[in-house]
Amino acid sequence: MTPVGLQHYLVVSVLLFCLGLLGVLVRRNVLVIYMSLELMLNAANLALTAFSRFNNNLDGQIIVFFIITVAASEVAVGLALIVALYRRRHTTHVEDMTALKN
Amino acid sequence: MQACLFYLFAALTLLCGVLVIANPFTRNPVTSAMFLVLTIVSLAGLFVLLHAFFLAAVQILVYAGAVMVLFLFVIMLLDLKEEERRKIKAGAGVLGLAAAGGIALLMIAVIRQSNAGVGLKPASAEGSTLDLGKRLFTDYALPFELISLVLLVAMIGTVLLSKKDLK
Repeated sequence: MTPVGLQHYLVVSVLLFCLGLLGVLVRRNVLVIYMSLELMLNAANLALTAFSRFNNNLDGQIIVFFIITVAASEVAVGLALIVALYRRRHTTHVEDMTALKN
Repeated sequence: MQACLFYLFAALTLLCGVLVIANPFTRNPVTSAMFLVLTIVSLAGLFVLLHAFFLAAVQILVYAGAVMVLFLFVIMLLDLKEEERRKIKAGAGVLGLAAAGGIALLMIAVIRQSNAGVGLKPASAEGSTLDLGKRLFTDYALPFELISLVLLVAMIGTVLLSKKDLK
């Protein structure tokens, strides 16, 4: 078995990112789209941590720390928006949210 | 040993990631949320393998603890019985798969060609929490303070958005 290097981690990160992208493109439930966004953020975190480890530099880990904080606040605000939207329109389905279309 | 653990955690992460977005048995968002928790926990395992112990702990505490509980609360608050019955459209599925797969192949090809990390050896005792804390409170003190402001703004925004009548 070859030793695990930076490229292995980067490939896992890319695959996870594309899974998140696929979720955003395919799913139509706002909550699941939000979870896919979290997947993409986590993929970026993994790539940054791997770079940080293999370049022997802690800056990557500090950026990951900040990303986790921003993601937490983003989820709080986003879920509050979803609840407000559900109260008004009674749906969490993106195809029903066409108020700006007509 | 480390390689085995890496492949185990990587496979677990990707498998649970697939089950988050396309579970063949159910469309229930609660199931997606549960598999997202599993994804996050196995990512924390990968962080431990990368010697980022503090980040692994924060990942489990903040993501699996706080964020996912928030998700589950909102899922339980909303009545999603009607949402379950909707299916993924076949055309959207194929196009989305093509787009995401194309981007994945492109990025993996770039990683393979760039020879990223060739010759780089990970340090033996890197990523200790002590060093991270020192960097955070010296070089990154200003961003650290600003991020607390971001949290405050998010809190005020959430309280305002949750009010019964938005004025």
